[in-house]
Amino acid sequence: MELRVKALETILVEKGYVDPAALDVLIETYEHRIGPKNGARVVARAWSDADYLLRLRADATTAIAELGFSGRQGEHMRIVENTPEVHNLVVCTLCSCYPWSVLGLPPVWYKSAPYRSRAVIDPRGVLRDFGVEVPADTKLRVWDSTAELRYLVIPMRPKGADGMDEDALAALVTRDSMIGTGLALAPGVDR
Amino acid sequence: MNGPQDLGGQMGHGPVVPEPNEPLFHAEWEKRALAITLAMGACGAWTIDTSRHARESLPPATYLAASYYEIWIRALENLLRAHGLVDARDLAAGHAATPAKAVKRVLKAEDVAGVLAAGSPYGRPCASEPQFRPGDRVVARNDHVATHTRLPRYIRGREGEIIANHGSYVLPDSNAHGGGESPTWCYGVLFRSEDLWGAGAEPGSEVMVDCWEPYLTLAPIRAS
Repeated sequence: MELRVKALETILVEKGYVDPAALDVLIETYEHRIGPKNGARVVARAWSDADYLLRLRADATTAIAELGFSGRQGEHMRIVENTPEVHNLVVCTLCSCYPWSVLGLPPVWYKSAPYRSRAVIDPRGVLRDFGVEVPADTKLRVWDSTAELRYLVIPMRPKGADGMDEDALAALVTRDSMIGTGLALAPGVDR
Repeated sequence: MNGPQDLGGQMGHGPVVPEPNEPLFHAEWEKRALAITLAMGACGAWTIDTSRHARESLPPATYLAASYYEIWIRALENLLRAHGLVDARDLAAGHAATPAKAVKRVLKAEDVAGVLAAGSPYGRPCASEPQFRPGDRVVARNDHVATHTRLPRYIRGREGEIIANHGSYVLPDSNAHGGGESPTWCYGVLFRSEDLWGAGAEPGSEVMVDCWEPYLTLAPIRAS
């Protein structure tokens, strides 16, 4: 693929369809500016500010934009909140839809056939692949991103996180916990 | 279309294998693949729905064996050829061997931040009143179309409940094929796992699927 992509890029640049400098900026943006740290800020704010959580519930796109995160593949955001009763898991069975503005580019497993095929039919089995066990009496709700809405899971706030500030809370929020294939870290545990 | 992309509920693909400390890219060419795909999308020659259709139209054996960036590149080549922007002679030469065609826009480096921040909102006002309300029981249509659709096979013919009206959005089934944006109501529909998968379903689990109005019909009223 390396030569094939190089050739294609050469053709597109020579034809004037793409600006090589724009390609570099695109890569730099997704390598360094947009990633799950964005989503972790949203979750940390939701955990520590009840009014912000209400705004997220009412209009997640606007509430997330308050923190400066918006744009491509985050145009129509919804949050889904994990509770002791319901554990949410997000998938795109038809392609690779993912909330780029808050999580960045999706990991390979998210786009893979095993995840996309099994998340809807065997969600508990998928969670076990991640080493995650949710209680048997917790309902699993799987969100298949078939349209242009993008879902961000708000994981449960871990025990022992009382009194932590937003920066410390954000450090507990993993990417997978915002997809639903993980839980937020307990304070004091290394990732 | 009933292509290789419609994976929900398939079996035999094996376990999910998360990669610890996964890098954002696994090779340099993946970065370039991402960038040229996004930059060509910005040219305005096709819609995101057309791109998705190009990816799902790859031969199933190719699609399932390819990494996701490889799927993007193969689909991008096909789109470029279908739109006359790149020719087989260009691809064979590895250089521009034929004249360029005019494109609507070329994404410039200084505009990238603004374009990404603006995104492409897909909400559009819809002229008609919504046909369904939260609480309505609906059945997903059992239509197997050869064209692009976001109605996955595993819900076709299955009954669910309207949970939310998300608003009206560009209809992919139309927009993928040059049929215009056709703004249409889109709903969050809840399906119980036992209604989707039968006796072996995970007890108490459920699947929420976003469905455009033409994907749904009202469920027949049953005696309780």
